[in-house]
Amino acid sequence: MAARKTLGESLREHGVSRRGFLKFCAATASMMALPPSMGPVIAAALEKARRPSVIWLSFQECTGCTESLTRSHSPTVEDLIFDVISLDYHHTLQAAAGHQAEAAREQAMKDNHGEYLLIVDGSLPGPNSNPGFSTIAGISNYAMLQEAVAGAKAVVAVGTCSAFGGLPAAAPNPTGAVSVMDIVKDKPVINVPGCPPVPMVITGVLAQYLVFGKLPDLDEYHRPLAFFGQSIHDRCYRRPFYDKGLFAESFDDEGARKGWCLYRLGCKGPSTYNACATMRWNSGTSWPVESGHPCLGCSEPKFWDAGGFYEPLSAPLGTPGNTLLAAGAAGVVIGGVAATLAKHRAATAVAERQPVTVEELEQKL
Amino acid sequence: MSRLKEIGVKVEDGEAAPAEWGNALPILHEVGHGLRQLRETGEPTVIDLHALPFGPGDEGRLFDLLGRGEVEAQIQALGPTRIWETGFPGVWLVDHRNTEDERLALHIEISSVPEILRSQREDIDDAIVRLEACIADPAGTS
Repeated sequence: MAARKTLGESLREHGVSRRGFLKFCAATASMMALPPSMGPVIAAALEKARRPSVIWLSFQECTGCTESLTRSHSPTVEDLIFDVISLDYHHTLQAAAGHQAEAAREQAMKDNHGEYLLIVDGSLPGPNSNPGFSTIAGISNYAMLQEAVAGAKAVVAVGTCSAFGGLPAAAPNPTGAVSVMDIVKDKPVINVPGCPPVPMVITGVLAQYLVFGKLPDLDEYHRPLAFFGQSIHDRCYRRPFYDKGLFAESFDDEGARKGWCLYRLGCKGPSTYNACATMRWNSGTSWPVESGHPCLGCSEPKFWDAGGFYEPLSAPLGTPGNTLLAAGAAGVVIGGVAATLAKHRAATAVAERQPVTVEELEQKL
Repeated sequence: MSRLKEIGVKVEDGEAAPAEWGNALPILHEVGHGLRQLRETGEPTVIDLHALPFGPGDEGRLFDLLGRGEVEAQIQALGPTRIWETGFPGVWLVDHRNTEDERLALHIEISSVPEILRSQREDIDDAIVRLEACIADPAGTS
């Protein structure tokens, strides 16, 4: 396993020309939200990059995140699995089943101990809950996560359930669901929330890890800044209407027809950090606000419990964690302290959410 | 039924120009800066249109403003890449697509020739090897 081919070798073997490779790099830079001038740097890094082993665990989830992943068109999921990563275990996508599947997971964990990337989608019943709420091959989610984390280099929590508890953890949380960062304290955790996350954001985070060989810079909720660094509101093409005070007041009024700002219809864009406004959905076709619906804020902690989707905005009033940003920027492995801090923030965000008026928001921005 | 009638119906004129979001015009200023830089220092500029918050129709409006110039080219490498010089020489549009013809990236490249159109050194190295093999064995029997 140590002698895996580099990506450059793998592509050349498939008869891909240098032009094709440069195009792949240009698309990768665009996907990672990096400036096009980074293309040559990416080319140099990808030339030498070796496919990391990836183990993907699915716990209390709806498979929507995997559905989203398979809609990635740059790279496609086929490119991703065959060229970019070595996906050694994934219930839904792997051919093996039953004992063979679990054997593949154990083999990959043994062969790549300390090096593999662990991806988790779905929340899991916490240590004090009945483990019977969710098991795989008779193993509780909690036990499987603990075992897989022990040999992982880092953990990527894909989707809001895995990152923040999501739907299973919504009140009254019957299964005692917790997020990955509630459990994992001694390994870096990268959260890629969204319900589901934008497909290209999932593949982008993996590509970024491959290209730079290190974990991305993260925000206070452990989200990669490259994709979650700006609010939906700040990147929204309807923002000029907000600035002019032009709002749709109902879904069928003149403002709605003219594409004015959806703030008063409950848009959570100002308090939501995600890449929908620029990366869009369905191969770049559109995104919720473009099709006339307010942002639900699905990539934020506790979004299911944060009030009605069509209620006036409630915004968390916490301040950004500058110390964490600095730690991430320096490439420091974020350990237990940061995880605990981020968890605390996620838990208190809902308590801090208070209705705000347009005027108050204006001052805050 | 009476309530249904209360819903106002407005017939939109299909021929009317689409809404103006105002996001296309500012790009032209950036293109202008890039062109002047190319003229003065020879340094190219690449603008990634994928990263811009365009509304519906903004991209088409930008394409219309830039127009079409004298050169068009298509590359077949991991799917088609369509390249054309806009009505402003030195300003190129580079549209990278995958094998399913879905867009991977859309760039405005401001340079005398887009980088991806040039033959690459690694491919030239490979060409020399293959050409020598062809000369040694034109029929390709071995």
